[in-house]
Amino acid sequence: MFLAILKRLLMLVPVLIGITLISFLLLQIMPGDPASRAMGSRASAEDLQAMRELWGLDKPIWVQYFYFLRDCVTGSFGVSIFHKQPIITLVADRLPYTLAIVLYSTVIALVIALPFAILAAANRGRFLDVAIRQIFVVLIALPPFWLCYVLILWLALNLGMFPTGGVGTGFFANLYRLFLPSLVVGLSTAALIQQSLRAALIDAMKADYVDTARAKGLRGYEVFLRHILPNSLISTISIIGVRVSWIIGGTVVVEKIFSVPGLGSLLIDSIVSRDLPVIRGLTVFFAVMVVTVNLIADICYALADPRIRLE
Amino acid sequence: MSLLSIHDLVAEFDSPSGIARAVDGVSFDAQPGEIFGIVGESGCGKSATCRAILRLFGGAPARIAGGRILLDGVGDLAALHERQLAQVRGRDVAFIFQDPLTALNPTMKIGRQITEVIRRHQTITRAKARAAALQLLRDVHVTSPERRLDSYPHELSGGLRQRVVIAMALALRPRLIIADEPTTALDVTVQDQILRLLKERRDRLGTSIILITHDLGVVSQICDRMAVMYAGRVVETGPVREVLDSPSHPYTQALLAALPGQVGREQALTPIEGAPPSLISPPPGCRFAPRCKLAQPDCVIGPPPPLHARDGVSSGHVDACILNEVAYGPA
Repeated sequence: MFLAILKRLLMLVPVLIGITLISFLLLQIMPGDPASRAMGSRASAEDLQAMRELWGLDKPIWVQYFYFLRDCVTGSFGVSIFHKQPIITLVADRLPYTLAIVLYSTVIALVIALPFAILAAANRGRFLDVAIRQIFVVLIALPPFWLCYVLILWLALNLGMFPTGGVGTGFFANLYRLFLPSLVVGLSTAALIQQSLRAALIDAMKADYVDTARAKGLRGYEVFLRHILPNSLISTISIIGVRVSWIIGGTVVVEKIFSVPGLGSLLIDSIVSRDLPVIRGLTVFFAVMVVTVNLIADICYALADPRIRLE
Repeated sequence: MSLLSIHDLVAEFDSPSGIARAVDGVSFDAQPGEIFGIVGESGCGKSATCRAILRLFGGAPARIAGGRILLDGVGDLAALHERQLAQVRGRDVAFIFQDPLTALNPTMKIGRQITEVIRRHQTITRAKARAAALQLLRDVHVTSPERRLDSYPHELSGGLRQRVVIAMALALRPRLIIADEPTTALDVTVQDQILRLLKERRDRLGTSIILITHDLGVVSQICDRMAVMYAGRVVETGPVREVLDSPSHPYTQALLAALPGQVGREQALTPIEGAPPSLISPPPGCRFAPRCKLAQPDCVIGPPPPLHARDGVSSGHVDACILNEVAYGPA
C-alpha cells in the first residue's frame, strides 16, 4: 500500500512538468502587459522598462520558464507582482477558506443526497422517485451564480438568517458564514451523488448476495446497512472524487459573489491585474490539488473494495 | 407427514408486456430426509417455484398470487408476514443459490458472512459464532478453514465459494435446504464433490433437500423423487427411477430423448421442435400441446389438465397428460 502510494506520487513529476509548461505557454499568449497594469497608465517608459527588468519580463521566454520552474521547485511558486509577496504565502492565507468550502459542501451534499438516493431507490419507478429525480435534475441545471443571488436575496436579505458574504474568525463563525456558499456548491454535488447512488443502490438491490442475505433471515435494515449500502457506496466514491477535484477550481464564482477570500477570488483578482506569476502558480497549485484528491479517492476506493488494489 | 407441501402455488412476475405467471398451479411435497429434484428447461418456472417458497424474488416485481406452502410445524409460508418469514429463512429453510461467484457479498469477509446467519437466529458471542463458522467450513471440507474466515470471496475459487455458501445454508441445521442449480456454475469434478456434500448431509442429519436442476444426470444420481416442470406447471412427478425409466408424459419422454448419452443407446438426439409458450398469455389446454407429437384435438381445449395417478397404483407416479387419462381412467 505504502509503496503503491509512493509510486503514484513519483508518477506526478512528469505530470507536473507538463502542467508548468502548458500553464506558462498559455499565459504568454494572454494579451496585456503586466508591467503597465502594475504601474498604472501614467507610468513613464523608463519606469515600465525598469519594472520589466526587475520582474524578468524582458528575458527570453525559455529563461522566464526556468525562473518559473526554479520558483516551483524552491516552493515559493514565484512572487506576486501586485502583492509583492511569495505566492505560497498568498496561497497559505487563502487555502483554508477554499478547502473549507470544498469539505463543507461535500458534507452538505452527502447529507442531502444519501436520504434522497435511498428514498428514490426504495420507490424506484414510482411517483416519489420521479419527483425526486426531476428536482435534482433542476438542481444540476441551475447556474450557481443565479442560485447564489437567490439565496442571498431570500435567506440573507429577506429573512436575515445569514450574512450576505465574508468570513469570520474561528471554526463556528465560519461554519455559519460559509454555509450559503457551501450550500450552493453542495446542492449540485448532491444532485450528482444522488443520481449515481440511486443507480448503484438499485443495482445492488438486485444482486444475488442480497438474496443470500435475505435467505439468512436478516431483517430489512440489516440487509440494507450491511450488504446493499456498502456495495453501492463504492461506486459513489469515485464520483465524489471527481466532483471534489472539480469544486477546487469551481469555487471561483461562489467565492467572488460571497466575498470569500479563497483561492478562487485570488485567481480572478490576479487575472484582472495580469499578475502572471500568481496565475501560473495557482494553476500549478490547483493541478497538484486535483491530482492529490484523485489519489486520496483511489486510496478510499481501495480501502472500501477489497477487490481493488492500488497499483 | 410431509415436511413441505405445496398446493396450487401461483407466482406472478410483472413484466413490461404484462403479468407473467411463472408458476401456475404447482403442487408437490417433500418428505423428511428426501432429496426432491425439480427439472425442466430454462424459464419453466422451477427456479421461480423455489424462490416463491421463501419469497426471494431477487428484487424482481413478483408476488405469490395463490396457493399454500405448508411447512411442518410452522404453517403456511405464503400467509406469513415478511417479518415472520424472516424467522423461518436460514433457520428452518435455507437456500443455496446457483452462482457462488455472485451469491457472496464481495465486500464482506467470509467469516462474517457465515457468523451473520448464526447470530441472527441465536444469542451467541462473537467468538463462539466464529468457532462455529470454523467448524462449518471444516464440515464442508474447506481446506485451511482458519485462513478462509478472514478471506474475501474473490480470493476463493468457485468450488470453495460454493462450499462457503453451503456452509452458510447448513449453519443452523435447517430441516429443508432449497438448492437452486447449485452445481451449474461449477466445472464437472467440482460438481460431483458438491453433490456428494449435499447427499452426505442428508444421510447424516436427515435434512430434506429440494434440488433444482436442468441436468437429468444429477437427478438420477442423488434424487429420490422428482417433478418435471414445463411452462409454469408440473407435468409429471414420481420416484426418480420410475419417471426416468418409464416416463409417461410426452414432454418427459421428449426431454429424455433429447438427452445425449442416454445410457449407451446408439441413436441420434431428438430435439424438441418449437419453443416454450409465452407465460403472459399461455395457450389453453395442455401447455406442451403445440410442440407435442402425440397431441390430439382435445389437448388444446379447456384448462390445463391436472396431475392424475397412473393406473391406480399408489407409487406416487402421476402425470398431466389427458392421453394417459384416457388410457388409465380418471384419477
